[in-house]
Amino acid sequence: MSLQLLFDALALGGIHAIAALGIALIFGVMRLVNFAHGQFIACAVFALILPSADALAVLGLGRLPAPVLVPVILSVGAGLALAAEALVFRPMRNASPVTLMVGSFALGVALQNLLLVLYGGRPKAISLWAGLGHPVRIGSAEVPLLQLIVIAAIIVILVGLALLLRRSRIGLEMRAAAEDFGMARMLGVPANRVISGAFALSGSLAAVVALVLVAQTGIADVRMGGQIMLVAFIATVVGGMGSLSGAVVAGLGIGAVSALLQAGLPPEARPFRDAFLYAAVILVLLFRPQGLFAPVGTRTRV
Amino acid sequence: MLRQHGIRRRMAATTPLILAVLLLAFVIAVSLTHDRALARMAAETLIRVTLVVGFWIFVGNSGVVSFGHAAFACLGAYVSAWTTLKPAMKATLLPGLPDWLAAAEWPVAAAAVAGGGVAALVALATGAAILRLSGIAASIATFAFLAMVNTIWSNWTPMTGGTSSVVGLERYVTPWAALAWAVVALAVAAAYGASASGLALRATREDEVAAAASGIDRYRHRLLAYTLSAFFCGVGGALTGHFIGVINPDSFYLSLTFLMLAMLVVGGIGSLSGAVAGVMALSLAVELLVRMEKGVTLGVTTFALPPGSQEIIIAVAMILVLIFRPAGLLAGREIMLPARWVGGRADRTTDPTS
Repeated sequence: MSLQLLFDALALGGIHAIAALGIALIFGVMRLVNFAHGQFIACAVFALILPSADALAVLGLGRLPAPVLVPVILSVGAGLALAAEALVFRPMRNASPVTLMVGSFALGVALQNLLLVLYGGRPKAISLWAGLGHPVRIGSAEVPLLQLIVIAAIIVILVGLALLLRRSRIGLEMRAAAEDFGMARMLGVPANRVISGAFALSGSLAAVVALVLVAQTGIADVRMGGQIMLVAFIATVVGGMGSLSGAVVAGLGIGAVSALLQAGLPPEARPFRDAFLYAAVILVLLFRPQGLFAPVGTRTRV
Repeated sequence: MLRQHGIRRRMAATTPLILAVLLLAFVIAVSLTHDRALARMAAETLIRVTLVVGFWIFVGNSGVVSFGHAAFACLGAYVSAWTTLKPAMKATLLPGLPDWLAAAEWPVAAAAVAGGGVAALVALATGAAILRLSGIAASIATFAFLAMVNTIWSNWTPMTGGTSSVVGLERYVTPWAALAWAVVALAVAAAYGASASGLALRATREDEVAAAASGIDRYRHRLLAYTLSAFFCGVGGALTGHFIGVINPDSFYLSLTFLMLAMLVVGGIGSLSGAVAGVMALSLAVELLVRMEKGVTLGVTTFALPPGSQEIIIAVAMILVLIFRPAGLLAGREIMLPARWVGGRADRTTDPTS
């Protein structure tokens, strides 16, 4: 039971961590709170299937074999994020963070309703990689194979991203930009490349979340990005806006807390799990309003 | 003889008057046509004026974007439903209500005030936590608050009916009733804006550090504006419920948040006139788009937009406004009478600049 719970918490927390990273990356380089991130996830989900209003989804791209499908969906996510940056956020580059945030909210609504027009409002059943659901016995726990793959994939992604950020030139530039964007530009960091890079990374992380969600739930819903985006936001606030490691830790933490709440709450209180979660977050922020790992660069200078 | 400051104050006081007269003219013009569809549109628009003016009291003065005000509308609508529905109706729809509430049959105006009052109380309690955060983090926390209220309302079935709708609200909201509340909201919003607290809050919006250095307690003024703002959003929610006659939690969720925000942004966050202008402009646009979604017959072909395109078009318009006119249609200016109409002519001798 407790081992089972550990795997549940890891898988759920890992997805939240990946989603929170996608938001924190963009916030780090351009102080944009991206309210369209959930819709990037939803768009990547719907890219798997053909446009129709039927309840049973017809797989389009989703019929590709996994080694081809994964890179294709990742590039769909990256492409979408790059297009959003070029069309919406680049013209607003010098606007205040509040304007950027409202702009991203509008973009999210536009994308969501675009999906609604193309695919209809009813949730659709998708069977992607249906074979991965069968359980594997580890010690005393029965864990679905999918959950193990998800946990492994998340570890690979986090390690890969850490290497990218620490070892490569674009990673160095991104970290410099997150620390102090103005100073980084003055020292020769190309703004467009860093911002495009951050959007592309963020978009592909959204696509990862999309694949995991579809494989786990078997449902494509126009609204499916909203819930996870909200939790990811909360993770970025709790972790300290702009802190990448903070976002990951808080994402894992929130996933663990909601897995614990799901298991520990009495059954009649379970539908309210998320309400407890949000209340817990507001409570944390009362004691540390700047988040748990606020980076130095985000503080206002006087 | 008036000082420059006194004249500015008099000019500022004309803003709610002019806006109220414009809204009155709008209602009179609509009621002269005796067109039922137009009357409904007018009532809906004026309810939105109440909502958005309430929303503006906080967002406009503090500069902090809130995503949580639709939740206050939700609270207002349900409180009004709890207090006005026929007891027999409540026994079947909402069996979990406490006895005194299940027996209550309040007059509609008292119910609207109660709706606003409960929303304001909840704002006071939650704002005390949320408004300690810095601007952007506070915005995200208001979003969490919105989601929290929606989660509770969708699952608290004995009290709220869950996701199924509460029906049978008395549909009393005519354009005139909505106008009355819109004018009250305008007057209170203008009075708050002109008050010392409103001025202090706008100072924190313009320069947080300088305001703090001048001894302004940002948190206290934000909390006051938030509470006041929630009251009118609660009233607006109660009016919405009694306008449509049917409420459910999802009608006070993301799409309402989006509409309120879009109206404020398009009109201009910086001024009360901007908030009203945004409501008028977008209500007109929504009305046109809804008619086009139903289908417009041009000659022999019927042309209809697919459902959902209304939101897409409004969202795109909002993005274009943000890119090309970030301060909104009115760019932070107020509609007011010129100085010489309010006794400013004699000012020439005292104003050193003219």
